[in-house]
Amino acid sequence: MEVIAFWILAVIVGAAAVFVIAARNPVHSVLWLILSFFTSAALLVLIGAEFLAMLLVVVYVGAVAVLFLFVVMMLDVDFVELKQGTLQYWPFAVLIGLAFFAEIVMVRTAGVVTRLEPSPGADSNAEAIGQVMYTDYLLLFQVAGIILLVAMIGAIVLTLRHRPYAKRQNIAKQTARRRADATELVDVTPGKGI
Amino acid sequence: MELTLNHYLVLSAFLFTVGVVGIFVNRKNIIVILMAIELILLSVNINLVAFSVFSGTITGQIFAMLVLTVAAAEAAVGLAILVVFFRLRGDISVDAIDMMKG
Repeated sequence: MEVIAFWILAVIVGAAAVFVIAARNPVHSVLWLILSFFTSAALLVLIGAEFLAMLLVVVYVGAVAVLFLFVVMMLDVDFVELKQGTLQYWPFAVLIGLAFFAEIVMVRTAGVVTRLEPSPGADSNAEAIGQVMYTDYLLLFQVAGIILLVAMIGAIVLTLRHRPYAKRQNIAKQTARRRADATELVDVTPGKGI
Repeated sequence: MELTLNHYLVLSAFLFTVGVVGIFVNRKNIIVILMAIELILLSVNINLVAFSVFSGTITGQIFAMLVLTVAAAEAAVGLAILVVFFRLRGDISVDAIDMMKG
């Protein structure tokens, strides 16, 4: 039963991954990518790694894929033109891919990895992760946070720009303004105007 | 027949291969190249989690979480660079990236 579920999900992941790289429209690519992330999360649930599966959905689908979608839709690029002439790369790419796949399979069948059996762990997957994450791997956890912070600041600094024609509020200038700067009392003589 | 580590390793190897092929096939479109890199990182994550579950140690899942973090950071910075580059050149073709004469 589990194996059947695995193969169904695996075929979906594989097909979605192929469509990601083969789709004409990058928006479709992102949507296929989202499908492959979701199905991979289901695959992880199948072997009992629920926490990582939920994390995959939250981080990949919720953040990364949406970011891709935003950028694809924001850039005004003629994607059809970018796709031109890519057909000639396919034979070469498939050859390299086959070589890669063969190498990985050869490593696997060389007996480097001995047979492993699942063993019963803590009550829940999230609990087991939490128990080591904040104790044994505290430093790694903090470093991951710093990496995210640096990436966030980097992305903001890279894309920030000041356009000269955009009107902005200058609070210091506003609070420094006094009545004398803004108004003038004039004694108007009747019938003459100012 | 029951679910084994091999199933996941084969799937992961296939995803990795598709990602590598994607980089070669979409040589002009950086956005799809970034997506192919995400696919490769996904395959690495599946590999790590599968090993972690089938060997009964939780460490692999911590590793996978760190890979996830780096993948998110990489996507954010990569796309930011892409947006800046598009503003500068009005084009995202890989052939157009030759300003540094490398």
